[in-house]
Amino acid sequence: MSARGTDSKPYDSIVVGAGHNGLTSAAYLARAGRRVLVLERRHLVGGAAVTEELLPGFKYSVCSYVVSLLRPWIIRELNLARHGLRIVPLECSYTPQIDNPGLCRWPDPHKNREEIRRLSPRDADNYPEFGKLMGKLARFAKPFIDERAPDPTSLRPSDVWQLKRAADRFRALGDDLVALQLKLTTMGGVDFLRQFFESDQLIAPMSCSGIIGTMLGVNSPGTAYVLLHHYMGEIDGSSRAWGFPVGGTGAVSDAIAASAVEFGAEIRCNAPIARIRIQNGCATGVILENGDEIAARSVVSGCDPSLTFLRFVGREHLPGDFALSLERYKNRGSSGKVNMALDRFPEFAQRPGMGPHVRGDVAIAPSTEYLESAYDEAKYGAFSRRPFINVVFPSLLDPTMAPPGKHVMSCFVQYAPYDLASGPDTWPDHREAFGDAVVDTLAEYMPTLKDDILHRQVLSPWDIEQQIGITEGNIFHGELGLEQLLFQRPVAGWARYSTPIKGLWLGSSGAHPGGGIMASPGALAAKEMLLSGAV
Amino acid sequence: MPRRTALFERTAALMTSVAWKEWAGYAAPCNFDAHSEREYFAIRHSAGLLDLSPLSKYTVTGSDAARYLARLWTRDITRLKPGRVAYACLCDGEGKLLDDGTVACLDPETFRVTSSEAWLGWFERHSRGFTVQIEDCTDQLAALALQGPLSRKILQEICGVDLDGMRFFAVAAGRIAGVRGWISRTGYTGDLGFEIWIAHEDALAVYDALLVAGKPYNLEPIGLDALDVARIEAGFVMQGVDYISAQHCLTEARKSTPEDAGLGWTVNLEREGWIGREALLRERAEGPKWALVGLELDWAEIEALHSEYGLPPHLGPVACRNAVPVYPGGGGSKTPVGQATSSTWSPTLKSYLMLAQVQRKFLALGTELQVEYTVEFERRTITARVVPRPFFDPERKTFTPSATPRKASQ
Repeated sequence: MSARGTDSKPYDSIVVGAGHNGLTSAAYLARAGRRVLVLERRHLVGGAAVTEELLPGFKYSVCSYVVSLLRPWIIRELNLARHGLRIVPLECSYTPQIDNPGLCRWPDPHKNREEIRRLSPRDADNYPEFGKLMGKLARFAKPFIDERAPDPTSLRPSDVWQLKRAADRFRALGDDLVALQLKLTTMGGVDFLRQFFESDQLIAPMSCSGIIGTMLGVNSPGTAYVLLHHYMGEIDGSSRAWGFPVGGTGAVSDAIAASAVEFGAEIRCNAPIARIRIQNGCATGVILENGDEIAARSVVSGCDPSLTFLRFVGREHLPGDFALSLERYKNRGSSGKVNMALDRFPEFAQRPGMGPHVRGDVAIAPSTEYLESAYDEAKYGAFSRRPFINVVFPSLLDPTMAPPGKHVMSCFVQYAPYDLASGPDTWPDHREAFGDAVVDTLAEYMPTLKDDILHRQVLSPWDIEQQIGITEGNIFHGELGLEQLLFQRPVAGWARYSTPIKGLWLGSSGAHPGGGIMASPGALAAKEMLLSGAV
Repeated sequence: MPRRTALFERTAALMTSVAWKEWAGYAAPCNFDAHSEREYFAIRHSAGLLDLSPLSKYTVTGSDAARYLARLWTRDITRLKPGRVAYACLCDGEGKLLDDGTVACLDPETFRVTSSEAWLGWFERHSRGFTVQIEDCTDQLAALALQGPLSRKILQEICGVDLDGMRFFAVAAGRIAGVRGWISRTGYTGDLGFEIWIAHEDALAVYDALLVAGKPYNLEPIGLDALDVARIEAGFVMQGVDYISAQHCLTEARKSTPEDAGLGWTVNLEREGWIGREALLRERAEGPKWALVGLELDWAEIEALHSEYGLPPHLGPVACRNAVPVYPGGGGSKTPVGQATSSTWSPTLKSYLMLAQVQRKFLALGTELQVEYTVEFERRTITARVVPRPFFDPERKTFTPSATPRKASQ
C-alpha cells in the first residue's frame, strides 16, 4: 500500500511507533485478525531497541542493551524463537576495583560464595538467605507484571477478585516478609541492603539496580524495591534475570516485527506522524508530518505518555486534571549511553583475560560513596565526572557483533541529567566531554582502553530524545518510582491502557507495568483493547 | 573402567566439573562447567564441539556394498549417491527397531555406517552371499561434532572443502587442519552443523585446531547434557531412551517398529528384499498402534500447580529421561495411553517439551493429553498439547548459501 495520499478504507488500528511495545501490540492485534498499521518515524523498527552498524562490521545495541524479563508467554504466543529471537544469559556481574580484584557475582552459588567470602564471610552466608527472601517477595510481585494493573477504586467483581488474589498472596508471605516488603518499598537501596550485608563492595553494585533510569541516588528512599526485578527473572522460566539478545536488542524488535507481519500487520518506516486525529473527542486516525491522513477505528501509542498526549493529541483535547497530571509526570532522563568499537579486548588490570567474568555485565560501582557522589553532581545539573557505568561487551556473548578478534562495548552511564544547569539544549556542547569522562573512568580499570578505541558514539538523554523521540530521554518512559507505577502509571485512574480520548490507547513503557524490554505493556494493551471490544 | 577416546587428555584438561558418564563403553563428558547452560547456548548461538568417537562406526566396501546395506537398513542405499548420507533404521526380522544410524556413501563401493551400539555380529550374520567387507573402525576413526550457527565459519577456516556449497546430509573427503578426513553436514542438534571423521591419531590435532579457530567465534567444548536438550528441541529420538532396541527387550510390548518411534518416514514398504519388510507390511495392513508425538506442557498450569504448594516451578538444568505415563485429555481416565520418554525445558522456546509414544488416535496436532507431573512427592497431571516436531527448526539447519539448484535428498 502506498504511503502517499489519503487511505480510504480505515484500519482497525494504527500503532504509533515501532518500538518493541508498539510492535508487540501490533502482533497481538493482527493475531486476533485485526487490520493493523504500524507507523515508525525512523528508517528502521525498534525504537530504543535497535541495532545499528555505525562503523562497518561493528554492531551497536544503540540504546537498550540487555533484556530482562521479556515475558516468556509473549515469546511463546508470538513464536519469537521461530522468528529468530535468541537470548544468551549473562554469565556474571563483575564489579572491578582499581586496587584489588573486585567482586564477581556468579549464578553458581558455590562460586559466588567463594567470591563474597573474600570480602566478608558473614555476607557470604547471608547472600543465599537474602536471595531466598527476595525470591519469595518477587513471587508476590511477579503476577503484577503479567496482568493489567489492579484498580483499588473499582468495585467490579473482576477487579475485586484481582485485588483479593493480590491480598491473599500478600498474606501468604507471613508477618516477617510483609514487614520486609514494606521496608523494601519505602527504604533506600543502600539502607535496605545494609540490613543484610556489611561489605560496601558488595552493597554498592547491588544497590545500583534501584537507581537505573531514575533521578535518585542509591540512598534515596524508594529505590530498594527495584532490587526485586533481579529476582523475578529467576522464577520466570529463565535461569537468569539478564540476557543478551544475539544480534543486539534490535534483534528482539526484528523478531517481534516478523511475528507481527506474519500475523498480517503492515509496518511503514519513514512515516513520522504529526498528530493523532481527534474528532468529537475520539481518535479517528493519524495525520502524518507530510499531511497525509490515515483513518483507523483506534490508535494505540507505543510512545511515551508525554509525547503521546502533550504533542500528538494536544492539551486542548484533554481533561484539565489529566493534562495537569501528565505535566507532573516525572520523565527526567538521568542516563546516557556510550558505545565503542574496539580494536582488541581491553583487559581489566585486576582481572585480566576474556574469561566468564567479562561475559556478563561489568558495573563501575566501587563504593556506595562513589555512587552517591556521582548523584551529587547530577542534582545540580552536571553529568557525573565519575559516573556509575554498566558495561557489556556484546561481542563476547555474540561474536557476530564485531569482526573476529575485534569487540564492541556498550556503556550505560548514569548520571547524565537531561536538565543540565545550562539547559538541555546545551548537551551538544557537553556531549564529548561527557564521553571523555566515561572513557577516563573506564581507563582507570582497563589501562589499554584509550588505545583500543576505533569509534565512539555518545548519547546524552537529549540525544536520545532527538533521535528516538522519548521525552527527556528517560529510558523507561517515565521513572519507575512507586508513585508512577501500577494503578498510577501513567496517571491515576488511567492505568488500563485506555485514555480519556475514546479510541486512543497507550501501550508503551509509560503504561503498566513499565519500562525495560518486557513487552508486557504492548501485549496487555492489545489484549485489553480486544477484550473491551473497542477493536 | 570406561575406555578413553583419542581426545580424553584434552577434554579432561578443559573440564572444570569432573562430570563424566559412560557412553558405549567410553568415558564421555556430561558438561565442562558446573552447568551445561553455556554449552547449550553455544549450540544455539555460536558453536559447540563434541567428541562423538564412542559412536559405533563401520566401513563397508565391496561391489555388493550398496545392495547389502539396502538389505539391512530401511532406506534404499542402492539409490544413495556418492557424497550423500542417509539416516535410516535397522530392524530385526519382526520389523522391530534395533537401532538407528547413518549410512554415508563415500564412493560407489565404500560406505561408512554409524550406529548407537555395536552391530558387527548382526552385520556379518547377514553378509553371506554378498561380496562385501565389513570393518569395525570404531577405534580407528575418531569423530567430532561441530554444531551451531557459526560452525560453518569456524570449520571453513581450517578446511579446504567448500562448506558454503555443502548441502544438508552431504559428505565430502578433504583436509581438515592438514589432516585427511571426511566432513558430513549432519548432526544431532537440529541446528546448522557438521560432523568430522578423522583417524584416531589425528583427532587431537584437529580438535585443537578447531578450538583455536573457534575462539573468536565463542566455540565451546560441549558435553552430553547440552546435547540432550538440543536434540529434544530438534525432536530427535534416542535409542535406549525413546525406544528400546528389540535386542534388549525382554517383552514384545517394549519393542517398537519404526512407525511406533516416529521413524516411519525412513521406511519404504514398496521396496523389496530388506529385513523386517514383511512384518512391517503386516503392521501396515493391521494399522500401526503407536505414534511418537511432540508435547508442549501448559506452562500456566505448571505455575498454578506449584503455587498450590507455595513453590515456584523448578526447572531442571538438564533434560530428563525418566519416562512418565500419558493419560487422555480431560483427566477422566486413569488408564495410560502412552508414555513420555524424554523431557526438557527449552531455554530457546521458553516452554517445557516432551517426546512421547502414544496410541495413534492421539497423534493429531492440538490433541490435549495429561502427563504425570510430580510436585512435592505427589503425582499430579499437567495438560500437554501435541505440537509439531521438530519443536525448534531454524532455517539455517538446511540452508546452503551457494547451493547449485538440485533437489536435496537425505
